[in-house]
Amino acid sequence: MNIAGEERIAAAFAGSGKRAALMPYLMGGFPDLEGSLRIGAAAAAAGADMIELGIPFSDPLADGPVIHAAATRALAAGATVERVLEVAAALAAQIPVIVMTYANIVIARGVDVFLDRLAQAGVSGLIVPDLPFEEGAQTAEAAAAAGIALVPLIAPTTTAERLELIGARARGFLYVVSVTGTTGERSQSGGDAVRALLERAHSATAVPVALGFGISTPDQAAAAADAGADGVIVGSRLVRAAGEESDGAAAVGGLVAELAAALA
Amino acid sequence: MSRAAFASALVVFAVVAPSGAAARAGVAQPLAVLLRDFAGRPTPLYEARRLSERAGRPVFLKREDLNHTGSHKLNNALGQALLAKRMGKPRAIAETGAGQHGVAAATACALLGLECVVFMGEEDIRRQQPNVQRMHLLGARVEPVTAGKRTLKEASSAAIRDWVANVETTHYIIGSAVGPAPYPAIVRELQRTLGDEARAQLLDRTGRLPSRVIACVGGGSNSIGIFAAFIDDPDVELIGVEAAGEGIETGRHGAPLTVGGRAGVLHGSMSAVLADEDGQILEAHSVSAGLDYPGSGPEHAYLRDSGRARYVAVTDEQALDTFVAVAALEGIIPALESSHAIAWALENAGGDMDLICLSGRGDKDLAEVLALRAIG
Repeated sequence: MNIAGEERIAAAFAGSGKRAALMPYLMGGFPDLEGSLRIGAAAAAAGADMIELGIPFSDPLADGPVIHAAATRALAAGATVERVLEVAAALAAQIPVIVMTYANIVIARGVDVFLDRLAQAGVSGLIVPDLPFEEGAQTAEAAAAAGIALVPLIAPTTTAERLELIGARARGFLYVVSVTGTTGERSQSGGDAVRALLERAHSATAVPVALGFGISTPDQAAAAADAGADGVIVGSRLVRAAGEESDGAAAVGGLVAELAAALA
Repeated sequence: MSRAAFASALVVFAVVAPSGAAARAGVAQPLAVLLRDFAGRPTPLYEARRLSERAGRPVFLKREDLNHTGSHKLNNALGQALLAKRMGKPRAIAETGAGQHGVAAATACALLGLECVVFMGEEDIRRQQPNVQRMHLLGARVEPVTAGKRTLKEASSAAIRDWVANVETTHYIIGSAVGPAPYPAIVRELQRTLGDEARAQLLDRTGRLPSRVIACVGGGSNSIGIFAAFIDDPDVELIGVEAAGEGIETGRHGAPLTVGGRAGVLHGSMSAVLADEDGQILEAHSVSAGLDYPGSGPEHAYLRDSGRARYVAVTDEQALDTFVAVAALEGIIPALESSHAIAWALENAGGDMDLICLSGRGDKDLAEVLALRAIG
């Protein structure tokens, strides 16, 4: 058992100095490979505690239109698994990196091969939204051997029975999906329902609990911390800025600084 | 590939759905009545005499083209719409490629009073206008999908995203034997009606089983439905016919089971999938919208790997030629999808009796075929 990734993530939660750790999601290779590295570095410098880095997939079912479009553009701009992992390696020298991608990318060259490559790149964790608990044993074993924390997700629809199983297998943190639906900016927060969901999550796991999907503004990030989240994940808003602004790194850095201030 | 590999589902789909057999049992009685009185089942088993002469052996066609709405798709749509009612969900969604499943879902929803939204790629909307108009007439909303190549793969993704967001009120009537568990089993159980009928009809008519059972495979619902009835008959060869498109060697095809390769995960199940070395899903190519899909039903991959069924492919050209030939020889205009199965049977000798699933009628394909073939 290799716990290098888990330890680095635990230290990032413990040492954030904020009410909740801030975890920007960024798309690897978007708008291009060099750009994604600059944007990730800007997020780290602006107060991010960890970075969730997407490896683009052609058919990202858990993602809404902004991240789907970013994945399509990244692939068209030449992003491959290997090149995005080079970006991950450069970022991991500065900040803990958690890779998010889909099951078909993980199994394409073999689960063990993929997890070993993540470890070589210095990546700390892995999130696979279309890997169900029942099919995850092999990936969990390979991750444990490679020192990568395999971070599972739960949603508002997750039953109590499944939550117990998933919470017990969670490593690094437990990713709580705040809404039933895909990633994307939403104008409202879940309020009491999210607070109750976070309480259920805490009671089912020993690791920190992070909230994501639908969080885009500093107010929403602060509300997530108030509701009991140990970590806050912001994705589509930042990916949109990375693609729209002429200086994506400056735009993302500015937004991350605002989010970090709201969590101070 | 193990049976365990069937059961892949997005974590975010924490939906409790009944298993395949339980699903059919739960709605069995009302479904049987609707299949008989509304759909017009059982559909005939027809001995196609002139095709038999050409093939040199008896060729029997299971006439799903004579099912209400013109294809086998209604068998599944009626069953799943009843499930939606039973689960208390007022809204149903569906994906469609050729439009046959979209029409079937819209029909079942009209019958049972469910709101219906059908996701359809823009390219398929262009090539299947008559079916789009039928869906509108049946009260469904057709939601155009503009991502990617704008065909079945993207329509399926759009439907799954809608389902994830609206799962409390919405049932996803998936149209093929694909998707997260237990969908492949639900669709197989609902489609095996056609296989069970064909087996009983053939035994009644000829006193024997066929040498070969032949059906086209896109996602693979008509084929798994007819195969299911013969899986325990070891002497009956099961042959699934995929789309070779412009030719397997060109890479522009829809034949993941035929070409083999590493298993992949698409739309929540593990099966044969067209993908590159990194695992990115590749686009499929077929003149037939219903076979234009880079994935395949997981049970087909299992039947292939266990050796119980074999999978072959037929090109666009061969399917188009057969479409025209069957119309002239038999007075039946077959769907382009079904034309693939008939084309393979005509061109490949073997055994002494073929049972072919004629999964749907080809009226929807007339404009496409006329654009590619000079007729008359």
